[in-house]
Amino acid sequence: MAERIAADVAVVGGGPAGISAAVHAAEAGRSVVLLDPSPRLGGQIWRHHGRPPAVALQWRERLAGSGARLLLDTTVIDAPDAGRLLAERHGRAVSVHCERLVLATGARELFLPFSGWTLPGVIGAGAAQALRESGARFRGRRVVVAGSGPLLVAAAAGLRRAGARVVALVEQAPAARVAAFGVSLARHPGKLAEAIGYAVRLRGVLVRTGVWVREAEGDGRVERVVTSDGRRLECDVLACGFGLVPNLELARMLGCEATAERVVTDDALQTSVPRVFVAGELCGIGGAGQALVSGAIAGLAAAGARVPGALRRRLARERAFAARLSRAFALRDELRTLARPETIVCRCEDVTLARIGDVTASSEQAAARRDRGRQVKLHTRAGMGACQGRVCGPALSFLFDCAADTIRPPLVPVPLALLAESGEDGGGGLESEEER
Amino acid sequence: MSQRTVAEPVRIEVDGRLIEAEPGTSLLAALWNAGVLALRRSPSGEARGPLCGMGTCFECRVTIDGVPDRRACAESVRDGMKVRTLG
Repeated sequence: MAERIAADVAVVGGGPAGISAAVHAAEAGRSVVLLDPSPRLGGQIWRHHGRPPAVALQWRERLAGSGARLLLDTTVIDAPDAGRLLAERHGRAVSVHCERLVLATGARELFLPFSGWTLPGVIGAGAAQALRESGARFRGRRVVVAGSGPLLVAAAAGLRRAGARVVALVEQAPAARVAAFGVSLARHPGKLAEAIGYAVRLRGVLVRTGVWVREAEGDGRVERVVTSDGRRLECDVLACGFGLVPNLELARMLGCEATAERVVTDDALQTSVPRVFVAGELCGIGGAGQALVSGAIAGLAAAGARVPGALRRRLARERAFAARLSRAFALRDELRTLARPETIVCRCEDVTLARIGDVTASSEQAAARRDRGRQVKLHTRAGMGACQGRVCGPALSFLFDCAADTIRPPLVPVPLALLAESGEDGGGGLESEEER
Repeated sequence: MSQRTVAEPVRIEVDGRLIEAEPGTSLLAALWNAGVLALRRSPSGEARGPLCGMGTCFECRVTIDGVPDRRACAESVRDGMKVRTLG
């Protein structure tokens, strides 16, 4: 039998958005449980091998004093309805019952296929950060940082501090748009200071805008990359990511209306499903500032407390920043043509671009985006591997305008024994999926 | 004499080879530091290494103490851990 936990408000995701939501709901007098799959609090942005930044420590302290119950190492695998989550914790099933739910599941990197992207040594830009912060050493390694977005600058600065030789930073967005974005940071003094700090740390690094990686080459691991401006850069690591995409799986499983970029909400960040709220990157990619503010709003709203006008105005400012970010680093069309027919697009199942192209070409022109997504999955197995389309799904959506297919539990692969154990108080997770 | 206390390294076995790692590092970081980049084989036999570093891509799957398909990024190193790659 699954362990049963009950709370007024359940928050999924322990990054800045989830922490802020849990703190605000708990301080408003509600019983709160906060779930996160990793062993440490902080999400992707506040994960640190050494000492976390001061702001993270302050929020952690406030959370500890708020009375919210913390469940780390806890992965949500199903949500039969808005009032019940089924999770895995240390190999055992946990069933969480709640009145209100706040989803703060964060974002992941967008990876786009190009020739050689499956070579060992080709990792994400955020992956370089995550690796470094989990103890990986980069001292002396030659690294090319490529793709798009502010994360590249942060990754390159971090790698350099860790002793890596950053061979080049190549950003696909044109110089004019990056510069305009830089100027707009003047409206956000904190963010401007951060950007200047990075710029100082990147002095002496070859930085190219309007340039992208055409292919990676090497025998068994990456040895060099060829860029769109004709350079051949020798390297040990290519850290390449094309920005972030929100982790929409749980929200979509619950039936929340969403686009590829965000979950649709009202002013109080309530989704189309009553009693389900979202915060952080699920509101649209916006970073830690937006995460803290949206978390506060969602936490207060989920607690049934009043949301102060000042918070709403701060969220509007953060959203304006997020919109500028997304315009400045919009992906160029050339990136749709990098993969060759033989390039693997779905890495779990080894499905090539050619096989996917065959299916999309034969499906009717008028076929809805969702149908096209389903056809690709049925005929090629793309998206049916262990990652369940988390890597190839957003890439397919960019390359072929396919919408992601229906989300089915479990959200992550789990042992069958755990699913059997999950049959707490009648309805098992998988059975209730059939009823929807 | 140095006053700094250095934690004892953790010893793990990777494909029969002994590797020392700092306690608290992830298994993925320990493998990376030992120069082990290729971790699994794809269905068509390609060697693959980590991609996302944060648990979503499943490219860093290895066999740990006989249990297959464990994500190296989601495991901390433990003394005596036996890891098999490219299995």
